[in-house]
Amino acid sequence: MSGAAFRIGTGAGFSADRLEPAVDLVEGGRLDAIVLECLGERTVAFAHRDRMADPKRGYNSLLERRMRALLPACRKTGTVMITNMGAANPRAAAERTLAIARELGFKGLKIACIEGDDVSALVPKDQPLMDEPGTLADVDMPVVGMNAYLGADAIIPALDAGADVIIGGRLADPSMFLAPIAHRFGWDAGDMPRLGAGTLVGHLMECGMQVTGGYFADPGMKDVPDLAQCGFPIAEVAPDGSAVITKLAKTGGCVTPATVKEQLLYEVHDPARYLTPDVTADFSRVEVAATGADRVRVSNASGSARPETLKVTVGFDGGFQGEAGVSYAGPAAQQRGQLAADIVRERMTRLNGKADLRVDLIGASSLFATAGLRASDAQDVRLHVTLRSRDKEAAELMLWEVESLLCCGPAGGGGFRGAIVPCVLTKSVLIPRERIRPTLDVTSA
Amino acid sequence: MSAPHRNAPRIVRDIAHARAGDKGNTSNVNVWTYDPADYGLLKKTLTPKHIKQAFPHLIRGEVTRYELPHLNGLNFVMQDALEGGVNRSLNLDSHGKSWSYLILGLPLDDEESG
Repeated sequence: MSGAAFRIGTGAGFSADRLEPAVDLVEGGRLDAIVLECLGERTVAFAHRDRMADPKRGYNSLLERRMRALLPACRKTGTVMITNMGAANPRAAAERTLAIARELGFKGLKIACIEGDDVSALVPKDQPLMDEPGTLADVDMPVVGMNAYLGADAIIPALDAGADVIIGGRLADPSMFLAPIAHRFGWDAGDMPRLGAGTLVGHLMECGMQVTGGYFADPGMKDVPDLAQCGFPIAEVAPDGSAVITKLAKTGGCVTPATVKEQLLYEVHDPARYLTPDVTADFSRVEVAATGADRVRVSNASGSARPETLKVTVGFDGGFQGEAGVSYAGPAAQQRGQLAADIVRERMTRLNGKADLRVDLIGASSLFATAGLRASDAQDVRLHVTLRSRDKEAAELMLWEVESLLCCGPAGGGGFRGAIVPCVLTKSVLIPRERIRPTLDVTSA
Repeated sequence: MSAPHRNAPRIVRDIAHARAGDKGNTSNVNVWTYDPADYGLLKKTLTPKHIKQAFPHLIRGEVTRYELPHLNGLNFVMQDALEGGVNRSLNLDSHGKSWSYLILGLPLDDEESG
């Protein structure tokens, strides 16, 4: 490798990710930049609902705590923060962050707000759906929001402006990593092999600890040291786009070729064609090699022309989901649980024939029920009933029927719990990229 | 779950590790052998046809296999394999995160070496 490496870390890999390891990483990682990736498709839809209820909300509910914990460390170490915690309301998120920065006395801290991903006004009702027949108009549910995936080209102007904190909404996960890397090394927007290499770094890093031993342990086969204190990842990126994935020495977890490989194809279909707003990345010939303890070098990613369309996630109000359960243990637990399942199904069918109902027996057959697998000897099982409905009343009725099993169901049932939560549902459409105009607003504290 | 017995039939988990991901109603599971010497056995065991036949009620669409021989890995893309996906499925695991262990639980096709 020639030239100084660019050091970038992950401080969140999903909306509810842990905070303390992020603080450790900024304080001890000698980072140039840290990325907090906090959005999934449904997360944005839920955020739109929050915003509808209160126009000052609709951003990541942990934003305030994260900013209070991380801004001092970022300020001290000169680490740029890039995040999509703005969710459905980047402006409110940026304003809140500005207020926190002022409260902390961080005069001159530059906060950038990227908008333009909310494309509700730009997508026609007759827009065809992606990967399924029909158009948006065919979906018989209220739309809560529409967001286009913005790429590195929406983030780089904020870096040009010298921003210390960059907040957006639906910034594409790998693009938040690619942007500062491409910016540092001055990569050309048409240099697809390098953009592919930077996208690989982003892809490996975007789920945080999923590359440092999180979501990996399988005792006896894949043991992970000190998983409870697992550290977030660091990428040391070389000017050619190759990188070493590592972590702070004193943290738990591990970085091995195996942890890197599992993440390499996480949510990837054709490894030679991974589409992002920036590039069609090619991971099919990537080399993965251990170069030291918890150090793995990745190289040889490439890429070709970026897609001409951008993906838009459309969120819909999906009504309500009720979940309720009762447990059975000891001799014939499965038979008693199965009887309870049959009773609930019969009573619910009579009350609400059209409801979307599922009945599982946790311990014997739940996750793999449709796959046809069942544990025959379980003696500690839980009836678990799920119902989804437009109206809340159907969900309430289901909870009532499951709770009633305590007196008029099989013998020995106990431990009723039930809850009803609002649902969202998402669909995707593709729109020409020219239709989307990201905007940038930079404010100093 | 108990430790494997010497005489228990070998399963994919004995030679490989895996991770599952979802996009809509499509599941992908990447599978990697610990030992490069087992890659041939993995390829022989995990054919798209065999995976689809093992779980016909769950995996309802096409199964495509991508190969990364230099990393001893296979990537399976399974269409219509998530009971509708996170939007519609009432499975507790509506993302199909646990599908990696569906694949790892399949018996190895190693009759001649057993």
